[in-house]
Amino acid sequence: MTTVNPSNPTTAAAAPEVQELPMAKALNLGLAKALADDPKVLLMGEDIGRLGGVFRVTEGLQAQFGADRVVDTPLAESGIIGTAIGLAMRGYRPVCEIQFDGFIWPGFDQITSQLAKLTNRGGGAFSMPVVIRVPYGGHIGAVEHHQESPEAYFAHTAGLRVVSPSTPNDAYWMMQEAIRSNDPVMFFEPKSRYWPKGPVDFTGSAAPLHASRVVRVGTDVTVLAHGAMVSVLMQAAEIADAEGISLEVIDLRSISPIDYGPIVDSVTKTGRLVVAQEASGFVSVGSEIAATVAERAFYSLQAPVLRVAGFDTPFPPAKLETVFLPDADRVMEAVDRVMAY
Amino acid sequence: MTETPTVQFLSVEGEFAPTESAEEYRSYLDRLSETDLQEFYRKMVVVRRFDGEATNLQRQGQMALWVPSHGQEGAQVGSAYAARPHDHLFPSYREHAVGLVRGIDMLAIVELLRGNTHGGWDPADPTNGNFHGYCLVIGSHSLHATGYAMGLQRDGLVGTGDPEVDAAVLCYFGDGATSQGDVSEAFVFSASSQTPNVFFLQNNQWAISVPVSVQSRVPLYLRSRGFGVPSVQIDGNDVLASYAVTAKALDDARGGGGPQFIEALTYRIGAHTTSDDPTKYRENAEQEFWVKRDPIVRFEKYLRSLGEGDAFFDGVKAEADDFAADIRARTLVLEAPPIGTMFDHVYSEPHPVMTEQKLWLERYESSFQEEQA
Ligand SMILES: Cc1ncc(C[n+]2csc(CCOP(=O)(O)OP(=O)(O)O)c2C)c(N)n1
Ligand SMILES: [Mg+2]
Repeated sequence: MTTVNPSNPTTAAAAPEVQELPMAKALNLGLAKALADDPKVLLMGEDIGRLGGVFRVTEGLQAQFGADRVVDTPLAESGIIGTAIGLAMRGYRPVCEIQFDGFIWPGFDQITSQLAKLTNRGGGAFSMPVVIRVPYGGHIGAVEHHQESPEAYFAHTAGLRVVSPSTPNDAYWMMQEAIRSNDPVMFFEPKSRYWPKGPVDFTGSAAPLHASRVVRVGTDVTVLAHGAMVSVLMQAAEIADAEGISLEVIDLRSISPIDYGPIVDSVTKTGRLVVAQEASGFVSVGSEIAATVAERAFYSLQAPVLRVAGFDTPFPPAKLETVFLPDADRVMEAVDRVMAY
Repeated sequence: MTETPTVQFLSVEGEFAPTESAEEYRSYLDRLSETDLQEFYRKMVVVRRFDGEATNLQRQGQMALWVPSHGQEGAQVGSAYAARPHDHLFPSYREHAVGLVRGIDMLAIVELLRGNTHGGWDPADPTNGNFHGYCLVIGSHSLHATGYAMGLQRDGLVGTGDPEVDAAVLCYFGDGATSQGDVSEAFVFSASSQTPNVFFLQNNQWAISVPVSVQSRVPLYLRSRGFGVPSVQIDGNDVLASYAVTAKALDDARGGGGPQFIEALTYRIGAHTTSDDPTKYRENAEQEFWVKRDPIVRFEKYLRSLGEGDAFFDGVKAEADDFAADIRARTLVLEAPPIGTMFDHVYSEPHPVMTEQKLWLERYESSFQEEQA
């Protein structure tokens, strides 16, 4: 099978089938592929054109596809989402960029009251194939509103699908799957993972958008996360190994719906579960998983499900972010506690 | 900003007496045949009768709520008539006459306010005249209308010069809605992209109990100008003004002239909804002032001055009664939707939680039947 390098189709034949790329570039290539494959796809957002977005995820796309397909919009999030909805009604597949997690709220009403509900309101007469890209999470030392993890607000809303890749390969494929979905997809991009490189396999095929996945096999404790926290779990697994504790790591990938199959299988095997996230713990994705696993794997559990999360405070000033954000040691503290049962 | 006088063709007494500002729009009336004028009247009367019947049905427990359109028929029928078949119309929730002109089954509105659906008509079904769904979050649909118009531009359906091709989007909202950020953003986005949008404001003087003076210190038609959207104020109870001005605005928009804004001065004769009590916040004298400006009474006088006789008016009345009787009969036999439908359209594609919860509910419900058996 020949590989097409979507960023530069003319040199497609020469492109290697697997490339080491940062997630930002993988997303860029995923977007480029979607733009090339379907003329109805368009990108909308603030500074995504000539600048290529503040994280350069859309770099070069306006030059390649034109200002009609990669649109610098006025600076108004409700307007971006609301007009994307109208475009979707007309048969387009808009992909909206929200510049930073903390700036999604002016568009919250359009997302939750309109985008999420319109298919239902219309009795299924039309679908809402809109993707909303949200660079999210901490570890970038930024000012207020630039490091938040608001995914639970959207997971709580019926009508939306919510996903978050943790690797460049998933980023490339999940972006295309999200754009192909006929339902609205909130696509949370872990911005601290934009730059580390990882393999992207262009010859592969897309895993189901909403499948969770065991990314490290272990026997003693199941640890689970999405987005940037998955790499923290991998570090914790190394530390645990040295202590003689075997962690099985699950990458959630999809926050709504949640694919419980691999999670329940894993917990049935290990009997212990720790869920980790950057977001505050109260009424969070981790809380939901803890409750459901308690229902579905009650007789397998040898310890309560523990949550490792950001504190229930606003995201602190950057000098305190490493205290707020769970690291491998905080994960190990919970691992030690579940092992003590 | 200079204020321009309100456009009006028919005086309150129903005489054809165009204001100076109306001259610019006068030629648009040449498009109207005698049959069109009859249709204007017919639709206004039918929708008022429908509205009255629906209010009664609500009083009799057939609906949770009714949203009356009484008094706003001139603004709605004239503007809706100005739209061509391939134009798109985005209503808020009081535009019953617009729905009637565009051909939806008016029972769909009853079903919505009865609590059977959240909307339910398919705007893509050709029999529904591109009449999009009602939207209850004030002002939010103005952005959908703008995005839709962007889509028309992308599809090459604007400014080709071919009347069979060029299309525009007509979006309705109220005076209260103009205070919403979404409406301002709709002006921003439509001006920025020069979309084929006509924003049609029915200033019925009230947003529930709050008078328009709380929303704006300047006449509302001036609001859009700072956004670069040209505007005009009309007598919204003059169906001819509503028709002519909207026809020109839509022509301009279809032709690539960008967005336009119309403020139609009208009045909500009835309550905001059947749950409202307007005696708590407004004076009888105000209502009497506006009743004298009733769009239907005024237009009937005009038609009579053109020679229309009792036979026509009696015929329309009988038609309206039949229409209302049909709505009543079909309302009384409406059944609640099957419970499982709650899960069916939350997503367009299969969703494990919907499947699981639908199944759970079915089993739960049938467990009671087993107990009874
Ligand atoms: C965002 C929002 N806020 C409040 C309401 C409750 N509400 C329903 S109608 C209405 C008044 C709307 O007034 P206007 O825009 O003038 O329209 P009218 O009802 O007069 O046609 C209000 C406050 C709502 N539906 N949406
Ligand atoms: Mg009003």
